[in-house]
Amino acid sequence: MEKTVRETIKDITRIHLLEKKSMCFGQCLTAVGWVGGTLPELYEDDGMVEVATSDVANGGFVVGAGLKGIRPIYVVRYQGFQWYNAPIIVNYACKSKEIWDIPCPIFIRSIAMEGAIGPVAGSSHHSLFQRMPGSKIIAPMTPKEYQYSYDKFMKDDDVYYISEHRRSYDNTLELEDIIYENADFTLFPISITRFDAEKARLKLEEEGYKINIIHQLWIKPFVFKDEWKKALTGSKYGAMVLDDDYEEGAASSIAHNMMIDVCKKVYTFGLEHRTAGFHPDVDNLPPSPEAIVEKVKFIINQNS
Amino acid sequence: MKNIRLEIFKKASLCRNFENELYKKVQDKIIKFPVYLSAGQEFIASSIAVKMQELNISPDIFIQHRGHSTYLAFGGDIYSLIDEMLGRKSGCANGMGGSASIQCKEKNIYGHDGLMGNQVPIGVGACFASKTPTVIFVGDSAAEEDYSLSSIGWASTKKLPILFIVEDNNLSILTEKKVRRNWEMHDVATGMKVKSYDIKDDPMEIYDHLKNSFNEPILLNINTVRKFWHAGAGTDGENFDRYKEEMNFFGKEGREIDEYNNKLVLGAWKKQLEKQ
Ligand SMILES: Cc1ncc(C[n+]2csc(CCOP(=O)(O)OP(=O)(O)O)c2C)c(N)n1
Ligand SMILES: [Mg+2]
Repeated sequence: MEKTVRETIKDITRIHLLEKKSMCFGQCLTAVGWVGGTLPELYEDDGMVEVATSDVANGGFVVGAGLKGIRPIYVVRYQGFQWYNAPIIVNYACKSKEIWDIPCPIFIRSIAMEGAIGPVAGSSHHSLFQRMPGSKIIAPMTPKEYQYSYDKFMKDDDVYYISEHRRSYDNTLELEDIIYENADFTLFPISITRFDAEKARLKLEEEGYKINIIHQLWIKPFVFKDEWKKALTGSKYGAMVLDDDYEEGAASSIAHNMMIDVCKKVYTFGLEHRTAGFHPDVDNLPPSPEAIVEKVKFIINQNS
Repeated sequence: MKNIRLEIFKKASLCRNFENELYKKVQDKIIKFPVYLSAGQEFIASSIAVKMQELNISPDIFIQHRGHSTYLAFGGDIYSLIDEMLGRKSGCANGMGGSASIQCKEKNIYGHDGLMGNQVPIGVGACFASKTPTVIFVGDSAAEEDYSLSSIGWASTKKLPILFIVEDNNLSILTEKKVRRNWEMHDVATGMKVKSYDIKDDPMEIYDHLKNSFNEPILLNINTVRKFWHAGAGTDGENFDRYKEEMNFFGKEGREIDEYNNKLVLGAWKKQLEKQ
């Protein structure tokens, strides 16, 4: 049986604690569920550390552990809680190397959930870290991508914000880019939008459109690869960056960088700029395949 | 005991002379960024540093923005500190730290990022990961930060070898404690099952309270008097000055130590300024 993202995270954590003798900090880790089954059943003596419900201070505890060079994992469930957990990480760990020559590598597992959780915890908040210096942000959605993210972190000395999404935990598939010579439109999806962007692409193709899809693993630093520039240059009606965060953040910033480099319009599509409610009618979720299809067709029609 | 008091005075004297000279450098506009002088409070770090020497412990030290005295009392290099004030790459924080964010790697003193109280959770986390004896300095105002309080709580839960030192000058910039709160730090910490004491910055009183350090978390709320303004060179008038009192106690020997440190500091500044 192929390995899921869930199993990959679990194996990485086991090795990180038992072999690398590190620590994994978080709230309610050792309870029923073990963070969606992504944690091995280990306890404080093994390095699985329960912290109190003191989110701001907890971020600071992990920074202290990071300063000691143990490369801690920090589980923040859910990403919306970063508003309380991020301050000391962003203001100390992310600056420590630059000011004091002391790196403070931390592997932040920041978990987004599917919705139905109201105004607080749904979706991704990686843009919160994106606008400040000193961190790297990556949103792995496949087993290989997750392993790659961890391996990169272990060779690096920066703070890594791993923008996870619960819906990816069952995934066993790797996601391929599709690039045509002369496409009508290009999708640059981030995080969980990658799955629905792929569905939308297939639908649009059924309707006769040629659509590129270029999966975005790295959010920061954003490196605009030559082959992507070429694809965007050849993309007749431009492109769209899709995100599981509000559009006024990483998506807009990446789209801006693309437009500076290539003279094409790059749109954004993410969460709506409003508060989410609990009921499905008032939730605020990342763009569905239908919504993506509709928006792409609207852009193409408007410009043809 | 006189020896110990004298050793503490020697450290305090270096700190006081350093701050007095820095005061002049700020007045003379040789230094043009905010400088947080610790004069008046130097007996806190000096007493703890002497006790650590006696115990043969090199703790991890987490400081706040008013940290020159802690840096010097624990043996930080004066030349690197001066270079830091001059914004040089050879400064103790690469010329990035100014006055508020100094560090000393050799003496395990971690720099502060300017966000009041951050050093409390960071120090607690570092201690949790390493189990190294740790001293965390925090102002009476920064100690009020919610994350400072919850960190003391977690240190208690995990029984960490930490000495929390509240440098209580009764001021948050210029706002007095009674305006900000109706409770005392040592009471809160006691409520969190941390052994806590409210004491004066009398060197021997501090020293005596460090007997059982690092078996468990301890908090000392140490009442002290800031001599100069919150930032920069200025004074609000004559207040009680522990330094004068201690110098008088040692009489001629005290004055000689003061003179010696004055020369040492002036010499160090001269040397570093000539380096330019
Ligand atoms: C998180 C944060 N909040 C507010 C400030 C503004 N501020 C700078 S110094 C200070 C007072 C600090 O007082 P205290 O901790 O007692 O130290 P002292 O200056 O008296 O040594 C405040 C509130 C800050 N730097 N960081
Ligand atoms: Mg104060």
